[in-house]
Amino acid sequence: MSVDANTVRKIASLARIAISDREIEAMVPELNNILGWIEQLGEVDTDGVAPLAAVIPNHLRLRDDVVTDGDDRDGVLKNAPQAELGFFAVPKVIE
Amino acid sequence: MTDLTDLGVAAIRDGFRAGDFSAREVADAFNASVTAGRKLNAFLVETPEHAIEAAEAADRGRATGELRALSGVPLGIKDLFCTAGYQTTAASHILEGFTPTYESTVTAKLFGAGAGMLGKLNMDQFAMGSSNETSAYGHVLSPWRRNDGGNAPLAPGGSSGGSSSAIAARLAPGATGTDTGGSIRQPAAFTGISGIKPTYGRCSRWGVVAFASSLDQAGPMARDVRDCAILLEAMSGFDPKDSTSLDLPVPQWEAGLSSDLKGKRVGIPKEYRVEGMPAEIEALWESGIRFMKDAGAEIVEVSLPHTKYALPTYYIIAPAEASSNLARYDGVRYGVRELPEGASLADMYAATRSAGFGAEVKRRILIGTYVLSAGFYDAYYTKAQKVRALIARDFERAWEACDLLLTPTAPSAAFALGEKVADPLSMYLNDVFTVPASLAGLPAMSVPGGLDATGLPLGLQIIGRPLDEQGVLNAGLAIEERAGFTARAEKWW
Repeated sequence: MSVDANTVRKIASLARIAISDREIEAMVPELNNILGWIEQLGEVDTDGVAPLAAVIPNHLRLRDDVVTDGDDRDGVLKNAPQAELGFFAVPKVIE
Repeated sequence: MTDLTDLGVAAIRDGFRAGDFSAREVADAFNASVTAGRKLNAFLVETPEHAIEAAEAADRGRATGELRALSGVPLGIKDLFCTAGYQTTAASHILEGFTPTYESTVTAKLFGAGAGMLGKLNMDQFAMGSSNETSAYGHVLSPWRRNDGGNAPLAPGGSSGGSSSAIAARLAPGATGTDTGGSIRQPAAFTGISGIKPTYGRCSRWGVVAFASSLDQAGPMARDVRDCAILLEAMSGFDPKDSTSLDLPVPQWEAGLSSDLKGKRVGIPKEYRVEGMPAEIEALWESGIRFMKDAGAEIVEVSLPHTKYALPTYYIIAPAEASSNLARYDGVRYGVRELPEGASLADMYAATRSAGFGAEVKRRILIGTYVLSAGFYDAYYTKAQKVRALIARDFERAWEACDLLLTPTAPSAAFALGEKVADPLSMYLNDVFTVPASLAGLPAMSVPGGLDATGLPLGLQIIGRPLDEQGVLNAGLAIEERAGFTARAEKWW
């Protein structure tokens, strides 16, 4: 499988990264080089092998359903590029 | 009086306890060394006041008999660890100005043990890189130079390149690192120091800026094996705030150190003899084998048949996880925002991420997005997870025949800055020996093994069974005692 300019434009849009035509042009051969290399995994027989998600056996713990955090509005907003009236502010979404 | 910056973690701790010097004197000496070492660009933020405050607390504690494990020891902290009140950027423009209101578990443990912070260390942006060249705040320089008369600036390795450079240049006695595919071990090897990545889950990931969550693991970097054991003990331990944290007691690794390897079987994986391996690396490996035998270990050849697939597997899984983790940088909650005139919310996200992320980070997010996208998920991501299972199985089978594995840490000594930056693939190949242990979550460490023909350090890697950090540290100590590595970078900065 290989990517073309349209595919790169599409994945950049999925990833929410603005990208210029010039960057796309540079990115196409780079990504194809990397994708071509990772495709060697196709040689490996993985029939009947379960995908590995957790490397060290560890069960997911449950904890008591109690409040352990919160009530820190100002701390949460402290690093926001734009915070107003106790909220994160963003460009107008609904006209 | 000896120069205090020549002392490592254990020597500082012990000398401080014995009353040979005050913690304040140590902090002052390293703070001065940090200032004098600015040409190396190892620190993004200097925090002399933090080191002094911890030192004064240690001095007061000594007077009243309250000594803690790291009282009097100042450390460098990789900029991937959130530090309350101190800017944390992961060396990316997108987090510029981000000042956490909370402390990562690992740094909280270190500071709770009495350590102070000299500053936040430069690194590859979001820990993506092997040379420190992806930092948004300029390269870190290695203090090492080739002895062939050329003055080519060398890479300190990556991603923990600020950590390795600072320790090798005596700007810090020890530092935190993080390792996703070799980011502690390869920079340690490039700069003639030691570093250990513990078993996945030993160190809490809480408060560590996430890159690839199933691989990321914090660990210490320091001048020798004992110092690594001391720091690892202080950094490790169960944390309910990290769902993959191991709920196990922390062994007393320092007390357990022993370089007697009698009864240990050390495996030499034949697949690590990669094509085109430089003769010097081959010779280094051979001397490592001699050291192991001399320490009483039995050497056995083992096979890890899926080794060659580890890197391509890693370059599916790590970017996939990164593309998901880095979705949080949206210009809304923290860091920078780009808001072009008249932009919509979606335009703002895209403009912010385009301006905030560096080229390598974007490349990996795009690869990750592609391999996770509809229609390709099984062919790439599921396939990679299956191969990852086979790589882990290779190690499990090897443990039937041996207790530890010995390999070179990297396929070469430090390369010059700019040498590999134009070709992402050749940069990725630098992690060929470190990535398999990361994929299997195993403890692994690099210790200096010798020098190459141009006088640059080379590292040997020990890989252990899950949770056998002690075995790894002990084999590392056996190498350290026999390699007689005393070379250090001549000061030019």
